[in-house]
Amino acid sequence: MRLSGRGVRCVRSGREVFSGLDFEASSGEAVAVTGPNGAGKTSLLRLIAGLLTMADGSIDLEGGEAELTLPEQAHYLGHRDALKPALSVMENLCFWRNFLGGAAFDAAESLAAVGLDHALRLPAAYLSAGQRRRLSIARLLAVRRPIWLLDEPTSALDAAGQSLFATLMNDHLSRGGLIVAATHTPLGLAARELRIGGTA
Amino acid sequence: MTALAALIRRDIQIALRVGGGALIGVLFFLTVVVLMPFAIGPDLALLTRLGPAILWLGALLASLLTLDRLFMADHEDGSLDLIVMSRTPLELTCAAKALAHWLAAGLPLVVATPILGLLLNLDATSTAAVALTLLAGTPALTFTGMIGAALAVTLHRGGLLLAVLVLPLSIPVLIFGVAASQAAITGPLSFGTPFSILCALSLVSFVIGPFAAAASLRHGLD
Amino acid sequence: MTLIDLANPTRFLTLTTRLLPWLAAVTAALLLIGLYQSAMAPDDYQQGATVKIMFIHVPNAWLSMFVWGVMSLAALGTLVWRHPLADVAAKAAAPIGAAFTFLALVTGSLWGRPMWGTYWEWDARLTSVLILFLMYLGLIALWRAVEDPSRAARAAAILTLVGAINLPIIKFSVDWWNTLHQSASVMRIGGPSLDRAFLIPLLVMAVAFSLLFVTLHLAAMRNEILRRRVRSLQMMQASQRAA
Repeated sequence: MRLSGRGVRCVRSGREVFSGLDFEASSGEAVAVTGPNGAGKTSLLRLIAGLLTMADGSIDLEGGEAELTLPEQAHYLGHRDALKPALSVMENLCFWRNFLGGAAFDAAESLAAVGLDHALRLPAAYLSAGQRRRLSIARLLAVRRPIWLLDEPTSALDAAGQSLFATLMNDHLSRGGLIVAATHTPLGLAARELRIGGTA
Repeated sequence: MTALAALIRRDIQIALRVGGGALIGVLFFLTVVVLMPFAIGPDLALLTRLGPAILWLGALLASLLTLDRLFMADHEDGSLDLIVMSRTPLELTCAAKALAHWLAAGLPLVVATPILGLLLNLDATSTAAVALTLLAGTPALTFTGMIGAALAVTLHRGGLLLAVLVLPLSIPVLIFGVAASQAAITGPLSFGTPFSILCALSLVSFVIGPFAAAASLRHGLD
Repeated sequence: MTLIDLANPTRFLTLTTRLLPWLAAVTAALLLIGLYQSAMAPDDYQQGATVKIMFIHVPNAWLSMFVWGVMSLAALGTLVWRHPLADVAAKAAAPIGAAFTFLALVTGSLWGRPMWGTYWEWDARLTSVLILFLMYLGLIALWRAVEDPSRAARAAAILTLVGAINLPIIKFSVDWWNTLHQSASVMRIGGPSLDRAFLIPLLVMAVAFSLLFVTLHLAAMRNEILRRRVRSLQMMQASQRAA
């Protein structure tokens, strides 16, 4: 499976964010998108996820399932956690597992894998920021999709959480998955760097 | 559980658990109906004559007020992004959300109608007629209102704008809902004709609403 | 950072710069001719001289619906073809359409006053126009509520198309509602079938007002394009300062 972009141009609110961007990622590979604030890291992820439209250029996926679009084969982990405070941890995860579509795995096991199995019945409102992030990460385990689009995934996570997530990411890559992550900090895995907007 | 069933279940769960649940809409409905006699006067004959209209207006306003949260909550917590990326077509998702909203907010209004009919001195047949027209017409209000909710999703304080956009589109439903009720109560006109038109309006809204709302959501995500 | 590609709008601007003075002149001429003919037309046997308000009211009523049609076409241009001028055309047309609708309401009200005895009676046709006016205002409110112009264009386009679909439904419903509640003393604005002496001035005025719309619309589109240029220049300046 190969995800590639050619000459991608992004315009938001009439302002050009970046143009002429090329990138590529294959199965088992991770790309770390770096750059200053406002350079367009989040915009690039949202372009790949189909949440933003490109002003120019193309993004293609080779080797995926033919009947599905790119967004339908990708997980998007954004800044916001997509959690409903009124529902319990288990209810939140089960909803996404049932709704997103794709290979579904046991919710309780996914929660255990991120260290939330003690909080299954708790309303999500009682979770700390780090725990909320873990619940979002559990979503990536409960529904298997080959492409992971991660926006600052380890923000709000403590050191233990970060190394846990690094392990999960490595597992995903070894299963043939593909990761594109926007990040300020090192991810803890071997990743190619894609720099947007200015030099270090 | 299928994707759409999961969505309907979740939305109803949230609606029932948050902010007073279904009862707050009914409470507003009650409040509006109670306000009317203060404005009109306690003349029972007049209230009976105006009864269907008052009930319909109350139901219209009550369903309008709850509509602006329909997509806003999902937009604010990032759920909308994931919903767009799911394997369910967005049009069906919108229809499912509207259905859940109607079950949690619209149906309770219909159930509350008999009690409110008492306040307005309506007899059993009249109340039944109004309740039936509300049952057929409130889905149209929800599905049409969904378009305004989708257009206004990214606007903070879009509630008033939503009302302004949706109310002209709701006028046909109001006209035929009250006409059907009046026909059943006093009618030289048969109940069937305006009632079938009311049902037709609902059916049309089941199609236009989800498509327009889905298009608005897609275009509004940027 | 590059300037937004303005090739199409630029051509539009140069074309309209040459075209507008002629359009304005023809419009003014037709309006004068139409008004003269309207003044010269005979009085109605029933309504007297007040029937001549019709020569302004009827074209305005037609135009209020016609402009919504123009906006619907522009809406398709925005959503389906993403044509850059479509956004501008839609945004420029809305206030003009609202103005024509308002004029139709006012002239209709003035026309009805001698017959009804009041300035407003919930006559079916005027009520439909009133609802159309509310829809115009809602559309303008939507344009102004969304900050980003291209997002505003798409939201407005969807609302315009939904409105276009609903307008026949609303018209039908209001007609029904009116027949249900019709009191005995309602008189129809419209009168008997039009005599040739009325028809020609009416058509001239209709064409004149249509040309008036085209002139105003093109001028408003020019303003909108220039306004967007100012906005992009300001944004460029802001980002340069930040760099």
